[in-house]
Amino acid sequence: MTPLLLIPLLMPFAVPAVARRCLDRLVPVTALWALTLAVVVLAGASVAALGALLLTGLLKLPLFAGLGDLIHPLRTASDLVVLPAAAAATGALTIGAWTLGRSALRQLRAFRTARTQADSRPAAGDLCVIESPHPDAYALPGRPRRIVVTTAMLRSLGPDEREALFAHERAHNAGGHHRFLVAAELAAHCHPGLRPVRATIALAAERAADEAAAVAVGDRRLIARAIARAALATRASRSARPDFAPAATTGPVPQRVAALLAAPPRHPRAASWIALLLAVCATLSAGASAAGVLAFHHEVEVAQGEEPR
Amino acid sequence: MTSAKDERRPAGELEASVMAALWAAGVPLTPGRVQLELDSGLARTTVTTILSRLHEKGIVGRERQGRGYAYFPVQDPPGLTARRMHSELDRDDDRETALARFVAQLSPDDERLLRDLLESGEE
Repeated sequence: MTPLLLIPLLMPFAVPAVARRCLDRLVPVTALWALTLAVVVLAGASVAALGALLLTGLLKLPLFAGLGDLIHPLRTASDLVVLPAAAAATGALTIGAWTLGRSALRQLRAFRTARTQADSRPAAGDLCVIESPHPDAYALPGRPRRIVVTTAMLRSLGPDEREALFAHERAHNAGGHHRFLVAAELAAHCHPGLRPVRATIALAAERAADEAAAVAVGDRRLIARAIARAALATRASRSARPDFAPAATTGPVPQRVAALLAAPPRHPRAASWIALLLAVCATLSAGASAAGVLAFHHEVEVAQGEEPR
Repeated sequence: MTSAKDERRPAGELEASVMAALWAAGVPLTPGRVQLELDSGLARTTVTTILSRLHEKGIVGRERQGRGYAYFPVQDPPGLTARRMHSELDRDDDRETALARFVAQLSPDDERLLRDLLESGEE
């Protein structure tokens, strides 16, 4: 086992703080791309490192050493380190696979329900209206792409605010934002440190859609008003329900509204620094993971007698 | 929004806007009323064309009103509506992260913040 493998396992814990600043400093759509690429690389590096730890442990066991055609014992750090590390890696991978599978099932089921609902009646253009007393709206990816809006949502907005909502949802569909959200979800299950970044990426997708909608309707203030009114309507219709979400931090909606009401962002020099920092984190992680895995591979070849020490 | 800009929008987007206006109104609307509701500078003939197209597709119904028609959205069968209401209620949490919702759940603090922001924005 090589200490290099610790880098991809520890790095993700540093990323949420960088990710937040990335979203604050970068243009939302750039932040969306940068963050998603970074978490995918970090998640891959972390899974590869866990895999290497797991295999190292396995090849220490006589049974698997035989299966792996090892003719010399695998050269590693002390068993006291390697075996617990392998056990921990097995646990981490198992938990990740389990929560990922559960989440995938749940999301697929929700997606299928939404799809069936949208396909069950002809759409007006790309709009699918659902009769419901609960204000709700979302972009439905897939073919054909749809904007799904409940009647309660349509009624709680003015005509221009409805156009703002449609522009926002169309921006989600045009930008293929669901792909970013799926990638973020996947990464969140690969490493616990990447879990908070999932929310940051979701917020980046919303911000990107907000800015695209502001360009489409030509009015930032209108988008802000539509979001605020929609959110307050949602809140009012559910006031009787218990609130499980703790109010520890400012939620995503006020942040979006505030960003739209503020002057259009300039792009200060700090933006490129924070993006660079994120890229360095991802590259270090990927590099260390690759080097660690290659070193492990070399040791296995040596143990198989195929390469000299 | 200028009328030129609206006339250039894809037909699908215009259909969506008209449909949304009909649903929001809750009563049958004449093409003239739809035009007023949309408040977007669309020509009345354009609105009439869109309404006829939606009627042909069976998404809106119409009834005689004066010399023309008033249009209304075709409602779901009651059973279907009830089932949908139920599934909306089930979706109370934000667990389906892959569906991009327009607005996330608000905390009480968020609500206060939003009202403040709206007020300051309307000055």
